[in-house]
Amino acid sequence: MPSPAVAGADRVLLDAVGVSMRFQRRLSLGERIAGRLGAGLPPASVGAVEDVSLRIVRGETLGLVGESGCGKTTLGRIVAGILAPTGGTVRLDGAPVRAGGRKLTTRVQTVFQDPFASLNPRRRVGAQIAEGPVAHGATTAAGAAAYVAGWLERVGLDPAYAGRFPHQLSGGQRQRVAIARALAMRPDLLVCDEPVASLDVSIQAQIINLLLDLRAELGLTCLFISHDLGVVRHLADRVAVMYLGRLVEEGPAATIYAAPAHPYTQALLASVPRIARRGDIGRHAFRPVAGELPSPLAPPAGCAFHPRCPHAMPVCRSRRPDYCVDEGQGRGLACHLADRGEPLAGPASSH
Amino acid sequence: MTAPILEVRGLATHFFTRAGIVKAVDGVDLAVARGRVLGLVGESGSGKSVTGFSLIGLVDAPGRIVAGSIRLDGRELVGLPPAALRALRGRRIAMVFQDPMMTLNPVLRVGTQMAMALDAHAHLPRAARRIRCRDALGRVGIPSPDERLAAYPHQLSGGMRQRVAIAMALLNEPDMVIADEPTTALDVSIQGQIVHEMQRLVADTGIALLWITHDLAVVSALADDIAVMYAGRIVERGPARDVLAEPRHPYTRGLLDSVPGEVPPGGRLPQIPGSTPALRELPPGCAFRGRCGRASAACTTMPELPAGERSVRCHHPL
Repeated sequence: MPSPAVAGADRVLLDAVGVSMRFQRRLSLGERIAGRLGAGLPPASVGAVEDVSLRIVRGETLGLVGESGCGKTTLGRIVAGILAPTGGTVRLDGAPVRAGGRKLTTRVQTVFQDPFASLNPRRRVGAQIAEGPVAHGATTAAGAAAYVAGWLERVGLDPAYAGRFPHQLSGGQRQRVAIARALAMRPDLLVCDEPVASLDVSIQAQIINLLLDLRAELGLTCLFISHDLGVVRHLADRVAVMYLGRLVEEGPAATIYAAPAHPYTQALLASVPRIARRGDIGRHAFRPVAGELPSPLAPPAGCAFHPRCPHAMPVCRSRRPDYCVDEGQGRGLACHLADRGEPLAGPASSH
Repeated sequence: MTAPILEVRGLATHFFTRAGIVKAVDGVDLAVARGRVLGLVGESGSGKSVTGFSLIGLVDAPGRIVAGSIRLDGRELVGLPPAALRALRGRRIAMVFQDPMMTLNPVLRVGTQMAMALDAHAHLPRAARRIRCRDALGRVGIPSPDERLAAYPHQLSGGMRQRVAIAMALLNEPDMVIADEPTTALDVSIQGQIVHEMQRLVADTGIALLWITHDLAVVSALADDIAVMYAGRIVERGPARDVLAEPRHPYTRGLLDSVPGEVPPGGRLPQIPGSTPALRELPPGCAFRGRCGRASAACTTMPELPAGERSVRCHHPL
């Protein structure tokens, strides 16, 4: 089992160890009979997340990046206790976030990508923000109106918006309501799943600024999930990169962006077009990654990235690289290149 | 600069809804030359997509082109009878849409629908048709195109589907391709591949490309020229490098500043206050003035967009 790249147990808020999530496909009656009779059937389960260990330290923002289908959203939902993992444990301050088929904590809250889908279209905004805090005793039914007004103001909305329905708000305002609803529960950990992806550029900046302000004001710890590497660079203290359900690299944001070690991280960063700003000469050269994401139903043997990797060696096709951790630098990496005496230490000692 | 293949003047497309007239496009001038890429940039509701649909004559009721001229290679398209437009569409001017799953017919094989697109404009023998389709797939970077011809759209990945849609747009060797957010639904690594291939295709075939997007970074990588739209009008245009490096309209400046990258990580981004105005109740004058730090009394009259390669519609440009 890999160990997370961050030590210092006293400061750790969230500790996910060896988390896996396999989604089973329900077999039809015919398929079950065929299976009993010994027919070779296509695989019926998808490993959305495989053996991921992560730690989030109090007060930090961990950026989780990867392309669609890499399992970042599934991992976010497991961390928030919404999904039960099929393997591994997630603990918040030492206590499991989920057990016995129930979410146990309200200390992790989530802001979802699409506020149109995450807000109830038929309930007034104020009632939606108040529901959780009233049910869990953060405020009383009598004090709910003032409580809601306070949170609306905090996210930059007029308290009068409490009486509106979501369709009366713009996309940016709706996302502010979703953030207020999550924060009104006074969470210790806020999981943000692509909170700005569905917003216009000018509105994105407003929401990013809001998250920055709230983080400083409330000392929030965040898991920030995004495919937008620029936004993650701006918000995250540390970055973890996922590929096909597994962590491939992790480290301080500045290091990951300046000196990515995994060929996938390198390729991902190189394939992002950037705006040619003042002083840039010529068009910004960017190199697209070759190939496509393999199907998680039939992941490649060995390192899952080897079919697209420019440095693939024979060992990459046969053996999956261990997730090696350098606790001193807070970095993790799963790549055979590193085994050849490159920057990182060997497999974690806690095997 | 060579004579533009597409020349748009004073294009206005309005939607006549029960709640009022929505001036989605209100006086747009554009020009694209062969072998050039024009990036049409704007946020949602700016009218950039409606502009694209107007150019190819696909505006649905209650919308209609109320004014302006669209000239393709000197020929006026506005007011052309539907049959004449249909003959041009796909042949001289083609479009790539945002979601390839909506473009492609899910129950037809790729080869079948490509052949239909060819048949609409040319009558080729079976074998020649197949070769043409296969080559079109190969040109957009689809590996083993022969096998893909027999595939159904659902058997392809999102990136492959969008490549098929691009191949179909290029099938009849049009002079002009309009691409409406073609990479927005795709992953960054696939977006990079497609932008790269489009660059090469424009250089190889000399088609003119109008790339509609909200993504300034993609435009920066791909476009020769940029036109920025706000509330149905072009507010700034010019060579891509100039517009991105030295924007003169406060809105363009604000958009560029909103993208993380200039400010050190963790710093506050300079944001544009407010949100895009509703097109139904636009006040007179500059539509941006309510969000603009430089607005003055003069902004209650609509500033003009001067003619010329590099111009800005603003009373107080930067």
